[in-house]
Amino acid sequence: MSVAAVTDWAGGVLLLAGAVLGLVAGIGLVRFPDVLDRMHTATKPQVLGVLLLLAGLALRLRTPSDLGMLVLVAIFQLSTAPVAAQMIGRAAYRSGRVDRSLLDVDELAGR
Amino acid sequence: MTVLLAVALTVLLSATALLALARIYRGPSLLDRVVAADLLLSAMLAAVGAEAAVNRHATTLPVLVVLSLLGFVGSVSLVRFAVRAES
Repeated sequence: MSVAAVTDWAGGVLLLAGAVLGLVAGIGLVRFPDVLDRMHTATKPQVLGVLLLLAGLALRLRTPSDLGMLVLVAIFQLSTAPVAAQMIGRAAYRSGRVDRSLLDVDELAGR
Repeated sequence: MTVLLAVALTVLLSATALLALARIYRGPSLLDRVVAADLLLSAMLAAVGAEAAVNRHATTLPVLVVLSLLGFVGSVSLVRFAVRAES
C-alpha cells in the first residue's frame, strides 16, 4: 500500500473513533441523573471526539494551510470547553440543583 | 470504503444529535438544556467536518471555526441568563 492509502485509512479510523466518542457523550447525556454528571459527559468525551475527528480530517486533507485552520479549531475547543463547563457547574451549584446524595466530597460546603 | 465511511459517520452523528435533542426535550432545568444544546452544536461541527473529510474539500473549514466559537458564546450567555433568572 502507498503512503496516501495508509494515511487515508488512518484518517478514516480516527473519524470513526471521534464519531463513536460523540455517541458516548450523547448516551451519557441521556442516561446520567444530574446536571454535574451531564456537564461532565458533554465536556470530556465530546471534546476528545471533536479532536479525533479533526485529526482524521487533517489526515485526509493533507495541505498545510488547512492544517493551520484545523489547529485553530482544536485550540478553540480546548480553551473554551473548560470555561463553559466551569460556568455551568458553578451555576448548578449556586442554584442548588446538585443532588447531595450523589456527592462523595463537597469541597465548597464551608464557603 | 468512502461510501461505507460516510454511512457509518452519518448514523453515529445522527444518533448523537437525536440523543441531545431528547435531553433538550426532557431536561428538567435550563442548565440541562444548555449542556444538551452545546452537545448538539458540537455534533453539527463534527458533521460538517466529517462531510469535508469524506468529500475531501476544504471549503467548509471556516464554518468549523465559527461553529466552535458560537458554541462557547451561546452556552456562556445562556448560563449567565439562567443565573440571573434564578436570583
